[in-house]
Amino acid sequence: MKKHTIVALVQDRPGVLSRVVGLIRRRGYNIESLAVGHSEAAGISRLTIVIEWHDVEQVVKQLYRLIDVVKVSDVTEDQTVEREMALLKIHAPAAKRPEIVALTDVFDAKIVDVGTSTMVIEMTGSPSKVQNLIDVVRPYGIKEMMRTGRIAMVRGARGHGADDVLEGAGQAAVPSAALN
Amino acid sequence: MSEKRTGAQIMCEVLIRNGVDVMFGIPGGAIMPFYYAMWEYRDQLRHVLCRHEQGGGHAAEGYARATGKIGVCIGTSGPGATNLVTAIADAMMDSTPLLAITGQVGSHVLGKDAFQETDITGITMPITKHNYLVKRVEDIAYTMSEAIHVATTGRPGPVLIDITKDAMVAATVPTWEFAFDLPGYKPTYQGNRRQVREAIRLLTQARKPLVMAGNGVIMAGASDDLREFAERTRIPVITTLHGIGSFPEDHPLSIGMPGMHGWVHVNRAIQECDVLLNIGGRFDDRVTGKASTFAPNARIIHVDIDPSEIGKNVRVAVPIVGDARLVLRDLLAELPDRDALGSLHSAASDWMEHIREMQDRHQQKQQYLVRPDGMLLPPHDVYRGLTAALNSRGNYRVCTDVGQHQMWAAQLIDWHRPRTHITSGGAGTMGFAVPAALGVAIAHPGDTVWAVCGDGGFQMTNQEMATVVQEGIRNIKIAIINNGYLGMVRQWQELFENKRYSGTPLSGPNFAMLAAAYGWKGLTIERSEDVAAAIDEAYDTDGPVLIDFRVEREVNVFPMVPQNKSIGEMIYE
Repeated sequence: MKKHTIVALVQDRPGVLSRVVGLIRRRGYNIESLAVGHSEAAGISRLTIVIEWHDVEQVVKQLYRLIDVVKVSDVTEDQTVEREMALLKIHAPAAKRPEIVALTDVFDAKIVDVGTSTMVIEMTGSPSKVQNLIDVVRPYGIKEMMRTGRIAMVRGARGHGADDVLEGAGQAAVPSAALN
Repeated sequence: MSEKRTGAQIMCEVLIRNGVDVMFGIPGGAIMPFYYAMWEYRDQLRHVLCRHEQGGGHAAEGYARATGKIGVCIGTSGPGATNLVTAIADAMMDSTPLLAITGQVGSHVLGKDAFQETDITGITMPITKHNYLVKRVEDIAYTMSEAIHVATTGRPGPVLIDITKDAMVAATVPTWEFAFDLPGYKPTYQGNRRQVREAIRLLTQARKPLVMAGNGVIMAGASDDLREFAERTRIPVITTLHGIGSFPEDHPLSIGMPGMHGWVHVNRAIQECDVLLNIGGRFDDRVTGKASTFAPNARIIHVDIDPSEIGKNVRVAVPIVGDARLVLRDLLAELPDRDALGSLHSAASDWMEHIREMQDRHQQKQQYLVRPDGMLLPPHDVYRGLTAALNSRGNYRVCTDVGQHQMWAAQLIDWHRPRTHITSGGAGTMGFAVPAALGVAIAHPGDTVWAVCGDGGFQMTNQEMATVVQEGIRNIKIAIINNGYLGMVRQWQELFENKRYSGTPLSGPNFAMLAAAYGWKGLTIERSEDVAAAIDEAYDTDGPVLIDFRVEREVNVFPMVPQNKSIGEMIYE
């Protein structure tokens, strides 16, 4: 089964994350990562979900059934920029510090905290690069690790902006009877 | 109107503004302010006090299904709300527009396990089209209006609105000028014209075309358009369980119901057809049997208002997202004139002749009954008597429950008009029929409403017989097909589990005496020759009547497609 990266724009209303997650849970999918935050438009949040499943088209359609979901795309096949951040607290006795500093330089990572026996590394990069750094520092002893999960954005002009999908918002209150 | 209104008054005004005139519910602590306010509006908003919130929910569903308007049910917080859950799930599966209003504990104690507190928005998230928790009086007018809009537009469904007690008690000057802020909710009503043309191209070239009509035809009010389309193309029409009534069964192009207990000739026609136009049905597994074997020779055109239904269960050649009526009108508009349809007409006529031959071989409505000597009352005789009475008396609506009696009703009663056959399809909720009939009887006081149920389902919600009496409802009759079993489960046990009748034999009270205790007339019938007179007596009694038909106990519903088999593999006995 293939990993899919799904990007969704959702209305920033209470419970929306729960609805999205619940829908995926119902079908027995496992969410590998989920990142959520404000988008460029007021009242609209952007989610990046990574799941492993064969029938992702159906998930995308079902996500659209959620009233709060504005736009959903499976961007797996698109040209995207994907980033993830990790904070790693590693065992760093004085003797090992120069090596660790050198390694972080190679990965363009930052040392953001130095304690008596630990260092905290902040790493931002493509998910694979983040994973490489983790593998490299693991022998020193990782005491704590936190990853944000990936965020993704389609390259170029053909994007996934909130503005184009928000046109026509504020529809008139037409009851179904009027349509019949 | 610039005066201040309490949240509860605003709730009543939203309902009235949206054309609601009846609600089904039960009060309790957290919802009391709403009941306090509705007293003022009682001339416009009728409240029907049910005996259990599940009954209120099904009554509201029955009302909605019989009218096309939104059904409204009410429960208090905690158990009042959780008792609505089954009806909400039922409405979700059958796309019934339902508004469930629940009271919630005060916003200052939310999440603190207050008395009768339940996270009902959390519980109903997967079984509602949408739901809302409202904590501020200022939000009530907008949110409740949006709730009704969402429930009734697009693919209809249940919406729950949970309102805290303090929001109902607080007062504000309501604003009614608003546009809905729903950027993610834009139902598609108009079908894509190119796909419509492609559908017409396939249909006009077909040699063995079929139309399958589902619930969407009824909900869109598209029966007349369906009829015109069928008559102009002469394509045979199948009606699914929820499509029953969308096309008259006595029409020469009607061939009947497909699926697990559909007719042999219908299922065979599906397996043989080359183009299948499904309008407003969702290819439920009870229709398709094993989906990978369904209609193997057909190119399928699927018209559905919900894009997520298309391609979900079967492969589709031409998807058309849209409202059944609007799409049918487009199909009619794109149809070539009569001369150009000559080849389709002659193919359809040969094809229909073939289907009718299969029907003559396989469908005698009574044929599927093995009638041993000494059988006093086969269920089929009840349906024969009932059908004769329904046809001669007219103006009927029938609510059925779930199980054997439901399938016999779908098979054996003559269905002619939309919104006359009201049943629990997708969810298969036993206990649906009696409370649903209550809602239908209120919606259509001029019609005679029959609840046809088994003795199992009847015993799940029969408390609503008291509601019928208190509300003075006189146009409701109940027929219990009483076989002393949970009959459909017993049938499966007989056919597939070596007659291990585990948990299916079922006793009950004397139902006629129970009816009398509720203030109904109760009759008990044990012989075929007494059926007609009992039904006549029910009709001639001005008031609610229950007939306990004590039928032969171990009769099976045939034909039948065993679960997960192809619909081409039917068993007859």
